Amino acid sequence: MSTLEFTAVIALGSLLAGFLGSLTGLGGGIVIVPLLTLVFGVDIRYAIGASLVSVIGTSSGAAAAYVREGYSNIRIGMFLEIATTVGALFGATVAAKLSTAVIAVIFGLVLIYSAYLSSQPKAEVVSDAPPDRLATLLRMDGNYPTPGGPQVYHAHAIPTGFSLMFVAGVLSGLLGIGSGAVKVLAMDQAMRLPFKVSTTTSNFMIGVTAAASAGVYLNRGYIDPGLAMPVMLGVLAGSLLGARVLVRAQTRMLRIVFSLVIVLLGVEMIYNGLTGKF
Amino acid sequence: MGNLLRAGVILAAIVVLAGGIFYLIRYSTTSPDYRVFRGEPADLRSVSGILADGIELHSRGLMQLGLLVLVATPVARVAFSVFAFARQHDRIYLTVSLQPRRLATLKTSPGSVSSVHDFFLRKTCVPRLPSRTS
Repeated sequence: MSTLEFTAVIALGSLLAGFLGSLTGLGGGIVIVPLLTLVFGVDIRYAIGASLVSVIGTSSGAAAAYVREGYSNIRIGMFLEIATTVGALFGATVAAKLSTAVIAVIFGLVLIYSAYLSSQPKAEVVSDAPPDRLATLLRMDGNYPTPGGPQVYHAHAIPTGFSLMFVAGVLSGLLGIGSGAVKVLAMDQAMRLPFKVSTTTSNFMIGVTAAASAGVYLNRGYIDPGLAMPVMLGVLAGSLLGARVLVRAQTRMLRIVFSLVIVLLGVEMIYNGLTGKF
Repeated sequence: MGNLLRAGVILAAIVVLAGGIFYLIRYSTTSPDYRVFRGEPADLRSVSGILADGIELHSRGLMQLGLLVLVATPVARVAFSVFAFARQHDRIYLTVSLQPRRLATLKTSPGSVSSVHDFFLRKTCVPRLPSRTS
């Protein structure tokens, strides 16, 4: 395959990944690494580098809109960013010491787990527990716009959320993904934030988390511009397109199909990792 | 803040696209090989090297420069928040938002990360009354 053909095919694949990722809310970054490694035979280190860069692009693009609409809680985001950034630097450092087969197996497990999480129903529960002392001190309580006026919410279990965020950061740095699944777990389940607040705040944090590990990867020579160019442009265009279609699309069926694809990719990553194909 | 993020992403996409066009014109007939990991040459690994290559409109350097702009965008957003919290005299969040930047400058010495982690955990968890004058 010539460079021109290769670039075109990668750009198309990334466009589709970004489009489906944005429509289903699972994120395009999560399928980029399996796509590049399993389908195109790219070394997983180059694939992770390219994926990280595309994650920064989509999260910053989407965060721009959410910040304006008032869903993201900037204070919670800034505070938890400490945990994700430290985790990301740690993950990116550890990545250099692990064999590519181990990384592939971990990647497969995270893929399957993300698909499982996305299949769980998301009930919007506004917690009525009394405000948490630490959260009040850090002024994390806030409100978000609903059709019936601003809805007030309180944050809880800050230490648990903070620790889970560290894990999310490690996975992001290790695998070059946004780890939105773990972030939402930390903010929805542990800190009991409303779903809309946690998803948009998580999106807001992904950029700086991925930027921290991208610095490490760039320095180590994992980010190849020739490969990252079609991936970044493709995913960005795809997710912008997805966000436009999202408003009028029926996504339930699509979510199921995309989740199944993710599970299959996860199984193949694990299988290939265990049989030494990485 | 939203505008800053959007501007960063658009600028990065334009630079990457420009570099990409040069790159495809120049290398269209060669065949890429990413199966074996070799690592990037030294000039594409450091900020100064990327800047030098990018300014010379070297195709791979220009694409890397665009990617660097993209990586810098969320970091600039944090810097912007530091400024905003400073103006609001929000001392807790001024400290909080400075941490990722402090860490970013330490990333070349990974051994120190865990101790820094302990340090700011202690620091940010010390109860201190928020001082808000605005």
